[in-house]
Amino acid sequence: MKYPGKILPEVLKTAMKPPVTVRYPYERTEIPEGFRGKIHFDAKLCIGCKMCMRDCPAKAVEIEKIGEDKVFKATFYLDHCIYCAQCVDSCPKKALASTPEFELAHYQRDKLADIQK
Amino acid sequence: MSEIKIPIGPQHPALKEPESFSLTLEGERIIDAEVKLGYNHRGIEKACESRNYIQDIYLIERICGICSHSHSTCFVQAVEEIAGVEISARAQFIRTIVAELERIHSHLLWLGVAGHEVGFDTLFMYAWRDREAVLDILALISGNRVNYGINTLGGVRRDIDKEQSRKILEIIKQLTERTEYYIKVATNEPTFSGRLSGVGKLSTEKAKELGAVGPTARASSIERDVRRDDPYGAYAQIPFKVITDNHADVLGRTIVRVFELLESYKMLKYLVQNMPEGALTVKVPRRIPAGEAISRYEAPRGEDIHYVRANGTEMPERVKVRAPTLANLAAIREMLRGGFLADFPIVIAAIDPCFSCTDRAIQLVKDNGAETVDWRQLRDYSIDWHKKRGIDLSRI
Repeated sequence: MKYPGKILPEVLKTAMKPPVTVRYPYERTEIPEGFRGKIHFDAKLCIGCKMCMRDCPAKAVEIEKIGEDKVFKATFYLDHCIYCAQCVDSCPKKALASTPEFELAHYQRDKLADIQK
Repeated sequence: MSEIKIPIGPQHPALKEPESFSLTLEGERIIDAEVKLGYNHRGIEKACESRNYIQDIYLIERICGICSHSHSTCFVQAVEEIAGVEISARAQFIRTIVAELERIHSHLLWLGVAGHEVGFDTLFMYAWRDREAVLDILALISGNRVNYGINTLGGVRRDIDKEQSRKILEIIKQLTERTEYYIKVATNEPTFSGRLSGVGKLSTEKAKELGAVGPTARASSIERDVRRDDPYGAYAQIPFKVITDNHADVLGRTIVRVFELLESYKMLKYLVQNMPEGALTVKVPRRIPAGEAISRYEAPRGEDIHYVRANGTEMPERVKVRAPTLANLAAIREMLRGGFLADFPIVIAAIDPCFSCTDRAIQLVKDNGAETVDWRQLRDYSIDWHKKRGIDLSRI
């Protein structure tokens, strides 16, 4: 039979349950294993081929040579980065890796340039 | 009764994105409607030409936040066709799994929005709560809730392991129960079906004539689905039904989407249980040989078409995107005609519009009508515009 209020029993049932939302930042949901967060750079492995710079869709990574030897530093512009982790895939030496870190907001823009040596 | 013309949009509480509609009213009835595009032009196609194919995948993915996988798959399919690359069966299956999960989250989102537009906010809350489970699964598989970034040239970037498959099946079981419950509610709730039936009528002939796609066409009993008509990915190997309905109104569009959800659950179950072994990627050269290709894809909103022309370099020469909403916009006029002004929000929402995805051309409105300009004229115009304000951009 058709009568209004068909969803009412479900509403009453749900009213007794705890909310499905999470009280972030006091409570946190689990971050999935393959999460694409801030990029970690391993200077020991980098050979300076700059494949990551070529493939980055947001021009968010810069690799520069420091010193005489083949030592490189990486600058990640966290405000440009779209966290696609293509650089991680492009790197032939696995010098780059995704981390689960995602709370990267800052009040000053220059602090968003993350230099890793 | 005298006619009144009222503008709705580009900024309007009933619209989630900027788009301009001009309605001619006679009392409460809409006798004509005019749609104006071009408020959300982002120049993505042009930007694609100055980036390499790998970078383009991520740019194309951001055409739409909801059907991001649709656009990126459509694009990589075209590029793979030009390069003459055949991807592995496993990669096809993974792409299809993500595609169907995306369809589920998009249809659940739509169901919620439709409920909200007709004042059935309880349904909105429940549908979106269930959608959350799908987003969690997508995050588990790809690492992100939206813009999954699972596609790459020649395959996929992430594998689906046993544990993830088990979770997918678990969620599907839950969602099937929920969706069946929604069907029961929607069909037995007179306030809901009464509000939707007879609203936004689009006859089969008109839908064909105006080239409607996706659930909008299928609700006017046109059996049109790229997944069956021109199979891509793993669709040729999986059994599924094309859902159609003969209501030809908003209720029909709701029925098509809800039953498509059930169909997607079945497809996902089959895909997860019959996943073949194989490599995830095959090698694709960085320089794509000269050539062109058109790729078709059944996005949640309808047929998505990408055209790519390669010239032998690392960057494409031309990329053209025809988003499904553009095909359905012509039918909007027909649907609005003869209806009530109060039905406007739900009629627009029923095609599941995505105006940002649609905008491909820009129109400069002058005093005496509109004028269409090409890229060079537009560039000159913008340089002039900035020059008048003291900024010289001519060197860029």
